[in-house]
Amino acid sequence: MITAAEAMVKCLEQENIQVIFGYPGAAICPFYDALTASNIRHILVRQEQNAGHAASGYARLTGRPAVCVATSGPGATNLITAIATAYMDSVPMVAITGQVSSEMLGRDVFQEADITGAVEPFIKHSYLVKDAKSLPRIFKEAFYIAGTGRPGPVLIDVPVDIQKTGIDFSYPESVDIRSYKPSVKGHVGQVKKVIEALAAAKQPVICAGGGVILADAAQELIELAERCDIPVVHTMMGIGVMPSFHRLSFGMLGSHGVEAANYAVNHTDLLILIGARVGDRAVAAPGLLEQRTRIIHIDVDPAEIGKNLGANIPIVGDAKVILRQLLEADIVENHTEWIDRLTEKKEAFMHPAPAQDGRVSPKQFMRMLSAKAAADAVVVADVGQNQIWTCNYFEMKGQTRFLTTGGMGTMGYSVPAAVGAKLAAPQRQTLAICGDGSFQMQMMELGTICQHHVPVKIVIMRNNRLGMVRELQTLQYRDNCTAVFLDGSPDFMTLAEAYGIPAAHVSSMEEAPAAIDAMLQAETPYVMVVEIGEGEPTL
Amino acid sequence: MKRTISILVENHPGVLSRISGLFSRRGFNIESLAVGVTDDPTISRITIVVDGTERIIEQVEKQLNKLIDVIKLRTLNPDEMISRELMLIKVAANAADRGEIMNIVKIMGAKISDITRTTMTVEVSDSADRLETMLELLKPFGLKEVIRTGIVAIQKGTESLR
Repeated sequence: MITAAEAMVKCLEQENIQVIFGYPGAAICPFYDALTASNIRHILVRQEQNAGHAASGYARLTGRPAVCVATSGPGATNLITAIATAYMDSVPMVAITGQVSSEMLGRDVFQEADITGAVEPFIKHSYLVKDAKSLPRIFKEAFYIAGTGRPGPVLIDVPVDIQKTGIDFSYPESVDIRSYKPSVKGHVGQVKKVIEALAAAKQPVICAGGGVILADAAQELIELAERCDIPVVHTMMGIGVMPSFHRLSFGMLGSHGVEAANYAVNHTDLLILIGARVGDRAVAAPGLLEQRTRIIHIDVDPAEIGKNLGANIPIVGDAKVILRQLLEADIVENHTEWIDRLTEKKEAFMHPAPAQDGRVSPKQFMRMLSAKAAADAVVVADVGQNQIWTCNYFEMKGQTRFLTTGGMGTMGYSVPAAVGAKLAAPQRQTLAICGDGSFQMQMMELGTICQHHVPVKIVIMRNNRLGMVRELQTLQYRDNCTAVFLDGSPDFMTLAEAYGIPAAHVSSMEEAPAAIDAMLQAETPYVMVVEIGEGEPTL
Repeated sequence: MKRTISILVENHPGVLSRISGLFSRRGFNIESLAVGVTDDPTISRITIVVDGTERIIEQVEKQLNKLIDVIKLRTLNPDEMISRELMLIKVAANAADRGEIMNIVKIMGAKISDITRTTMTVEVSDSADRLETMLELLKPFGLKEVIRTGIVAIQKGTESLR
């Protein structure tokens, strides 16, 4: 017989979890006590939200559910933003929270919060453990649910008295949830229809979403695109599926995307959506698109098909499996004329605009940074102008991994997610790109980076503004700029120094190459402050 | 368009809140909701009447299916289901009105469940539109309280949802 807290640790070991991210408190102390007997590495973050984001970065690099831990009440509620972020972007995650003692539940005792209730709208599933004996089954189910089908976060809330209860431990070998059987293989009849549609299309376009990356199907997608000569655009979550300079790659679509991608989507006669959920930032007017073109929608989540956009040919299943089914058909097509037309629209992407005022051009800087970065670098973009500059101008080289929060647009994601990514893939160069606004939402994580020796490179695009909101106010609110000025910010160089982290300051394009080289060659964490003009446009 | 969706769910605490939460946050309209355990004590059956276009009903089905606790569901064909709702009506009834009320109750196949010097409580189980008729008929006497359970429905014929 062992305690349920010890059983929780054993469950994680059985799931082959090597690193977890968390922040302790009274209601999760039995678990932390048991954790010391394990080889699992615990990364102490500086705020619980960052434990969730770090787990997100870790999970996205390993492709398996990652774990974050918090205590009851405020510890748990601080996780909420990270859980919602992971849910929107389909990131597999298991969040473990301590809860007040079972017999105290519902009495509003110290640090009590109904966390399973609170996360209900944006979580794949959750458990409040009421019987210690059910813990092994619940853990097994949680990891299974988080990592299969359309991945997502699952929360396990464990009251402190349950953690102390003795149980006979055995970890279930398999899962059988009668109500959860995700589809994998595409319906054969539908696959046949897709093949016919591909053969008939004159100006087809593939739109690759994050689902392609989740299914590890980039290779298959490129093969299909090349064989059938189909231009590929991608959503924000689909960045990296195809190398940026591939002949068939036409960039990100949508309100923050590039001309070539939007032109392609607006002039196609067959749009093939793969693992893309047709968010409003990607497709602003789905109704018009529906009328104009035939639509094939491939997604592992049946609810995404028809939610925002009607599809002529829906197929439910795993993107990799379905792409392989399509490749079996051995169709070869040629759309040279269509591709030539689109290639003309790539101009802006090929030649990033110079700076407006002699400081650093954010677009040229991104292109330069990506040219110097390792081919298999991990780049994490935060939210705001920095995100869009990275999305549109950081060159993806095939092995480059791009992470960002596409659905929620959560500021403060990049640094903790980069920490998680770096711990999952220590050999890969890892860059976090943020603005001076978003950096200040996460700068406490410099402590985590130092304590646990996580050499991530942080690039702060500094314009002393919340740049994207500033631009919105300029364009849509009569230039009535308010609450977007970041006066009062610390000197980030001095801040980095206080943590003992090397830092560099770049105020012109001329300074950039040497500074980037120095940062990328350093084996330590690094902070780079890049001076950007206040008026630099996002697009 | 009103549609009746019959849902088999795990009989766990919290399931109903997941389902009702889904409806409110996605802006689906619940007209009626009834829940009760089935012959298998681990499974409950929820009957929901939803108002919406075909596209909305399809989304409701898909979003419900995404919930891990939902085992199975089916939108029932209105022509091929038997639907019933229980209603209790406390109606003002002095000695002079009793005869007429009893007459209505008899015609409608309802029953009197309670009687006092000044009121009668009528119990009726029928389809939703028959309940409306019943209410119309009793309204002139003075309705003191009306309680409805929400609709439950089952498919006609030999097929079953299990």
